[in-house]
Amino acid sequence: MNPLASIGAVILAFFTATGRVAIFAGRALYHIATPPMYFRQTLRQLIDVGYYSLPVVALTTLFSGMVLALQSYTGFARFSAEGAVASVVVLSMTRELAPVLAGLMVAGRVGAAMAAEIGTMRVTEQIDALATLSTNPMKYLVAPRIIAGILTLPVLVLVGDIIGVMGGYLVGVYRLDFNPSAYVQQTWAFVETLDVMSGLVKAAVFGFIVTLMGCYHGYNSRGGAQGVGVATTNAVVSSAILILVANYVITESFFSK
Amino acid sequence: MTAGPKIAFQDVHLAFGPKQVLRGVDLSVDPGESVVIIGGSGSGKSVLIKTVLGITRPDKGVVAVDGEDVVGASARLRNAVNAKIGMLFQGGALFDSLPVWENVGFGLIQSGAMNRSDARTKAIDTLARVGLDEHVATLLPVELSGGMQKRVALARAIADEPDIIFFDEPTTGLDPIMSDVINKLIVECVRDLGATAVTITHDMRSARTIADKVAMIYEGQIIWTGGVADLDAPNNDMVDQFVHGRADGPIQMAVRR
Repeated sequence: MNPLASIGAVILAFFTATGRVAIFAGRALYHIATPPMYFRQTLRQLIDVGYYSLPVVALTTLFSGMVLALQSYTGFARFSAEGAVASVVVLSMTRELAPVLAGLMVAGRVGAAMAAEIGTMRVTEQIDALATLSTNPMKYLVAPRIIAGILTLPVLVLVGDIIGVMGGYLVGVYRLDFNPSAYVQQTWAFVETLDVMSGLVKAAVFGFIVTLMGCYHGYNSRGGAQGVGVATTNAVVSSAILILVANYVITESFFSK
Repeated sequence: MTAGPKIAFQDVHLAFGPKQVLRGVDLSVDPGESVVIIGGSGSGKSVLIKTVLGITRPDKGVVAVDGEDVVGASARLRNAVNAKIGMLFQGGALFDSLPVWENVGFGLIQSGAMNRSDARTKAIDTLARVGLDEHVATLLPVELSGGMQKRVALARAIADEPDIIFFDEPTTGLDPIMSDVINKLIVECVRDLGATAVTITHDMRSARTIADKVAMIYEGQIIWTGGVADLDAPNNDMVDQFVHGRADGPIQMAVRR
């Protein structure tokens, strides 16, 4: 095959996929904004996405905060700047680590599950059955999941911020012998509202990305068990890539000079 | 109420990419009539009824319900048309996250016709109609045998007493006795409701039990229609080969040796 044709085919496939995702996202947002709302489904998703993701997000951010304190201490000790550990931990956690880690963890836990569940519903004709039972599948399946993603990720990240900073505190105070009140004082002195807010905005965007990708790949899965497997993999991989890209774009818009 | 056919297909064409599935289907189903469409796997039987439900959209032609073309129908018309239709899917397509009673009452709840409590009562009544006890109502679909799942799917299809019922391969995967039970239930339900029925099958025993009229689809076209009595002397070599299940004849299966 002509190499130029191969390159062209890849580019065309990329733009086709981008267009399809954009149309799917537009339809999803339309169905979120228009009645009827499925409150029972939305509540179930809020619990699934938010409440059941708490342990994994808490553990991830706890150990990340602890490692961050250790690493920044050993690095800063080389030029006698150990006192900056608390500020590095709080800024890193609120601005970057908590939202990105929570996004990636939820992508692995929730995005994959959504793609598998909706994909199975697609290949077993359950989505077609919804359409025959006076129910719009986009409204019933997709809208509640995306609402849950947008609403719960910021809450998870806020919890992750607190637990991550606590992890840094535990290592700083009990392992590195920092003065407890000085550590807390330095944490409060350096953190600003914008740091936390930027993390929460990122979290809402990541929640949208994770649930959109889970729903999109599940909804469009084809070909039985193998198709569902492919949809699940694609949901996690595309979510992870988009989270990292969106993270850069949001960081640039908040903190570029 | 129109005096013409309940459902009419006129010159319906549909392709999936390069594969032409329907090549000008013409068929009409009169009110109260039970039509069975027979044909080999991949001949376009299931796709044909999905054009009525709006699940697939024909490239060309007219699909009319009560004299109204439903191809590309508005959301309002689509909802109105689908509200008249019940469907039994090939694999049952029961919602595996919902108990049996909620599967059966799903359309009643979602359409706003009943509250959950009344829908549950109606679901239990409908389950009794297909020979299932009340205790089945609280089970999940995965806890049922294949035959029971088919009965639940039948109960869901008839729960809101539709004008039109589609049965997609209702006896596939069932033993001969259970197949006969399902066939008789279908005949009873259609007769009691006074509904118009379209059944897709390649089970000739099923066709003989259910049908007032039989149509055979081959390579995307209706090649023969006739009464059940005509099946034994169809005056068409393809129908004769299909009805008697012979490998030799004008219909050649692609078999790699």
